[in-house]
Amino acid sequence: MIQLYVNGSRHSLDVDPSTPLLWILRDTLGLTGTKYGCGIAACGACTVHVDGQALRSCVTPVSSVEGKHVTTIEGLSDDGGHPVQQAWVAEEVPQCGFCQSGQIMAAVALLAGNPRPTDADIEDAMSGIICRCGTYQRIRRAIRRAAQSMAREA
Amino acid sequence: MGEMVTIGRRSFLKYTAAAGGGLLIGFSLPARASQIGMEPAAAEFAPNAWIRVSPDNVVTLMVASSEMGQGVMTAIPMLAADEMDADWSRVRIETAPAAREYFNPLIGQQLTGGSTAVRAFWMPVRQAGAAARAMLIEAAAATWAVPAAQCHTDNGTVVHRASGRKLSYGALADKAAALPVPKSVVLKEPSEFRLIGTPVARVDTPAKVAGKAVFGQDVRLSGMLTALVLRCPVFGGRLAGFDAAAARAVPGVRAVFAIESGVAVVAEGFWSAKTGRDALRARWDEGANAALSSAVIKRRFEEAARRPGAVARNVGNAGAAEASSTTRLDAIYEVPFLAHACMEPMNCTADVRPDRCDVWVPTQAQTGAQRTAAAITGLPEGRVMIHTTFLGGGFGRRSEQDFVSEAVQISKTVRAPVKLLWTREDDMQHDFYRPATYNVLSAGIGGRGALLSWRHHIVGPSIFARVFPKSIKNGIDPTSVEGAANLPYAVPNIHVTYVLDDPGVPVGFWRSVGSSQNAFVTECFLDEVAHATGRDPYQMRRALLNKHPRHLAVLDLAARQAGWGRPLPPGRHHGIAVAGSFGSYVAEVAEVSISAHGGVRVHRVVCAVDCGMVVNPDTVKAQMESGIVYGLSAALADEITIKDGRVQQSNFNDYPVLRMDSMPEIEVHIVRSAEPPGGIGEPGTPPIAPAVANAVFAATGRPIRRLPIRIA
Repeated sequence: MIQLYVNGSRHSLDVDPSTPLLWILRDTLGLTGTKYGCGIAACGACTVHVDGQALRSCVTPVSSVEGKHVTTIEGLSDDGGHPVQQAWVAEEVPQCGFCQSGQIMAAVALLAGNPRPTDADIEDAMSGIICRCGTYQRIRRAIRRAAQSMAREA
Repeated sequence: MGEMVTIGRRSFLKYTAAAGGGLLIGFSLPARASQIGMEPAAAEFAPNAWIRVSPDNVVTLMVASSEMGQGVMTAIPMLAADEMDADWSRVRIETAPAAREYFNPLIGQQLTGGSTAVRAFWMPVRQAGAAARAMLIEAAAATWAVPAAQCHTDNGTVVHRASGRKLSYGALADKAAALPVPKSVVLKEPSEFRLIGTPVARVDTPAKVAGKAVFGQDVRLSGMLTALVLRCPVFGGRLAGFDAAAARAVPGVRAVFAIESGVAVVAEGFWSAKTGRDALRARWDEGANAALSSAVIKRRFEEAARRPGAVARNVGNAGAAEASSTTRLDAIYEVPFLAHACMEPMNCTADVRPDRCDVWVPTQAQTGAQRTAAAITGLPEGRVMIHTTFLGGGFGRRSEQDFVSEAVQISKTVRAPVKLLWTREDDMQHDFYRPATYNVLSAGIGGRGALLSWRHHIVGPSIFARVFPKSIKNGIDPTSVEGAANLPYAVPNIHVTYVLDDPGVPVGFWRSVGSSQNAFVTECFLDEVAHATGRDPYQMRRALLNKHPRHLAVLDLAARQAGWGRPLPPGRHHGIAVAGSFGSYVAEVAEVSISAHGGVRVHRVVCAVDCGMVVNPDTVKAQMESGIVYGLSAALADEITIKDGRVQQSNFNDYPVLRMDSMPEIEVHIVRSAEPPGGIGEPGTPPIAPAVANAVFAATGRPIRRLPIRIA
């Protein structure tokens, strides 16, 4: 049995310990907001937080997150009300939307550790996540907007 | 007053009280001959059913086009809501099932492609909205016993001007449902639009930022199994045999069996299916393509180029003009096969039962999916229900049926709901690729530098040969020559020819199709002519576009906004290109620098677009940004190569696409226009590769004749 916490709930799972966390989230727990895009940590669509750090769940064996706290897009807010999600809405970021859970999770992790990121910081943190619709320019704007609104709230 | 549209009585097919006492209304319009070269349906009346008004004032609007990022789920309902004066905050949007009522009149089936959604539904959906509005007015007028002409609508209510009385649409739904449908409707003048032309927020954004939007990959059904398929790595190869023992021994694997395209491994979830597939041993008869390689294909194309080819356009006498020209320019241009690489790999969920089949699928082609499933199950089409999910990218790839066919075959065999998933590697190596082409160009230049003749000889495989063979006329696949045969420049002698040569790599529609490559070839070769005659590439285009005001206007706007001709920072260079495609006109100026080791950096792209009347300006901007980024990946990095009959690339590590660290600043300027709407999903893509390549040419003095751009 592997124990972990997902979005605040404790789960005891009888699963193959080598199974990537992504498929535990999607297939076992039914949390489909985290996406499969490449399976080799090359696209970032599967990005979640493990103990607050952004991590590619598609190459992370579930055994390696034993006892840890996992946050997925579903756990970010109840109603899409996280300042990063609101900034995404305000800037009309998503097109097809498939990559955006990963983009948002990466942006939230960036801002948690670096509330006033430079453009270079944003590029460093976000270049691991591919968007084939090309929403990068809006993502940059949304991160700047979220940083401002979070600074006001703080 | 607005435009009067007469609707024949016979064309009205569907008008019934909806469940709960609502108003269901629709019109049919004859399918029009295709504007995009796709096979039109026979002249038939395709009924449309778009609107339901319920007593609680909720207006339900249907969307028959697939939402793949292009904003169609917002744009099409805006058309109906505006014409019927609905309260947008009370509009509910529903994805249409597969049904004849929802056929795209430009294509003759329910298919989202060719940047046609707004062009196809601009009139019928507005007419449906206007008719609903007229009937609601009539219902209110009858209630109040006043002439309808004394009533008007205001945001979901009918108002009697003189008395100030009001009734909501919901309150009128029952009564309106009993009225006859008007034989003709009055459409709004553009000046009367309240929603059309405004940046209405996309309706799908909240779900997409919350992780709640359901893509095909996210479908979950009770008792559902997950399947992966092992396919022959060589195009056209067949299964010769397989040993399933090791795969069956993997915990969670439920079944392993052959299907048309390979061997299906069905399991309890993705990971067990993947582990099972990894353990599977299969033998393949690799067939005729076993030795195919990119080098072989290049030699084939070179040989095929010696054949004369079918004539796609002939103006004047290019041969004679060349003979009398003082200078002749010759060049070979090549573009590679490209994968679509949608963020969401292909997938489909099917539940085949004895009496019906349900398919949940991120598809651009509902009619095709329905027909595919009907053929496999033997069920009538009406017993096949297509549930269109959100699409994690489409770009043409999701107009294909391969993944639908696999899912239906597998569910039929295991008699359970099955979600077929493709891995990224499956997706990259079993695509229908953007055709590679080989282009022989020559230009004749006169004494004073005048461009006298233009010859463009295209060699490449045909998309239509597989999907619409009847649309190949006189040896011409229109998609192979689009962007080449319609060269807009005033050249007195033009000769464009095409040799269909199929080396065996499957090809399909890829965002902007023929224009994705022909704009590169023609716009870069034109810069070679400008260079050879000592002219400014922008000014030369201006001079040659005197009969094409819409091309000229976007060209001028892009050049002006980019500061064409003004000094740039050291090491920066401009390139310009213009292309008309899918009913729209786009010019782009790229500002580029080249690093010491030959890396091309695109700093800024200025885009000007004329897409006729704009439905949603923010969506137009987003689609230009998107088309540019998609084309930039192809210009700078992407290439599918073949060795031993196999695709050599497998994932984003060896098929690198544009990431944020290479993202230029993009500015989009929209030309104000009263022309009918053009497409927006694709037209942003064609000009970007030539704009960047022309900037590199300006920087180095050496033309770029092959994509992706490599600086030796």
